[in-house]
Amino acid sequence: MSEAVNHFPLPAAAESSPVRRLRRLRPLQEPGNRSLFLLSWAAPLLLLLLWEAFARAGVLSPQVLPAPSRVLQTAWNLIGQGRLLSDLGASLLRAAAGFVIGGSLGFVLGTLVGFSRLAEALFDRSVQMVRAVPFLAALPLVIVWFGVGEGGKVFLVSLGVLFPIYINTVLGIRQVDPKLLELGRVTGLSNWTLIRRIVLPGALPSILAGVRYALAVAWLALVIAETIAANTGIGSLAMDAREFLQTDVIVLTIVIYAGIGVVSDAIARLLERRLLAWHPNYAAKGK
Amino acid sequence: MMSTTTQPMHPAGIDEIAVQVAGLKRRYGQRTVIQGLNLRIHRGEFVALLGESGCGKTTLLRALAGLDALDGGRIDGPAQPAVVFQEPRLIPWDPLWRNVSLGLDDKSGKPLAQAALEEVGLGGRSEDWPRNLSGGQAQRVALARALVREPRLLLLDEPFAALDALTRIRMHALVRQLLARHRPGVLLVTHDVDEAIVLADRILVMRDGAIASDHRVAPEAAHHRAHPAAEALRTQLLAELGVAAADALH
Repeated sequence: MSEAVNHFPLPAAAESSPVRRLRRLRPLQEPGNRSLFLLSWAAPLLLLLLWEAFARAGVLSPQVLPAPSRVLQTAWNLIGQGRLLSDLGASLLRAAAGFVIGGSLGFVLGTLVGFSRLAEALFDRSVQMVRAVPFLAALPLVIVWFGVGEGGKVFLVSLGVLFPIYINTVLGIRQVDPKLLELGRVTGLSNWTLIRRIVLPGALPSILAGVRYALAVAWLALVIAETIAANTGIGSLAMDAREFLQTDVIVLTIVIYAGIGVVSDAIARLLERRLLAWHPNYAAKGK
Repeated sequence: MMSTTTQPMHPAGIDEIAVQVAGLKRRYGQRTVIQGLNLRIHRGEFVALLGESGCGKTTLLRALAGLDALDGGRIDGPAQPAVVFQEPRLIPWDPLWRNVSLGLDDKSGKPLAQAALEEVGLGGRSEDWPRNLSGGQAQRVALARALVREPRLLLLDEPFAALDALTRIRMHALVRQLLARHRPGVLLVTHDVDEAIVLADRILVMRDGAIASDHRVAPEAAHHRAHPAAEALRTQLLAELGVAAADALH
């Protein structure tokens, strides 16, 4: 991942005389923000229209890639049959349960380790060792332990969520400004007040970054778990569709996963804007 | 080293002792930073502490603030003196009133904080974030936070050093006005001889971990920079700090 970024040619191009680049750009009359925003939406919309056109013209076989309108129709039908919403509900419930369990564990462990050298000595090395295992590698073991029931999926999601939250909580607590901690001591704050007023709020930007990353991991874990072994959920819907070569249903599930990813990221961003309103990097514009 | 607490004359009503230090010792590893230091500050008295870097000024202040353990001697004073540091140290995620009321009960703290902010001329900003303040404004909030609990002892650790010259002059006036009202005992650590003369009733010069000299500041010296008494005191203090008068004029 990082290697790919290093090979990206943009930084080198940006280094070469930004002044001259600016001068060249100015006569072109850059379009305004509003038109740029519209353009940014027009491009994917055009792509969608092309896709539809090619599918209707028969260039794209429905077995390979059904038309967007067909996928929409399928979604409507599945909702009518009551399958789509119940599967979506099952998936959301698993993700939420796994997120809460793994997130709480990661937060509590991270808080302990962030505060106490003793807790660090007790837990940190073990947690780091388990973290070295790609959590998806545990999948066969999870199936042996839990079968295709709910437990295994929730477990896998929890496992995936635990580490990013843990690491970012420890990091956040360690990075709290020692001068503020000193101020707290001079002001005579109790330990609990010090944690509540200074340590946790100070660690919050880092913790929320962990939450955002963990949300992405949670969905990844769920997709894998549901695709390999499940009777309900969006993943099982896709697997059933594969058996009958219903490409429209498969595409629909992919779109749903993407939609959920976008929504969860938006929620995380909203949380950041709300909780970090004091922070110059997160503050909503205009305030 | 017992000569350091020459008893100054006090107007009536302020002889309550804010803090008394006897035989204070502080060591960092093998190095002795403070050796047998004695000091007494009364309520309503403003004491400035001058000294070259590394003479133990800040160590003394940290000991008085209860931030460091003692290696000997005793400090009789409030368990919780108020401190204003060189940086404002405002909590960035709390609006100003919550910064000022830190450590107070949330309900009763808000009106107190509001009043304290009004005292430093920031009454209209109590819901604002610290990041929207200038350096001088932030330091005024830090002053409000220190005074809101009516401390018996106020410790100032070079609180104006990072401010520009004009803001510093305004802060001096504000501090004099605030202290006249609240009357804590004050210990100001500073490098600035003029600041010490303008603000303090008494100036101590610290050398090698002990108090080397103790000067009363005549009121006329504090009010007129060019007064002969101020000139004489300035020259003497600079000499004690190892700066010849000719160097200081340049």
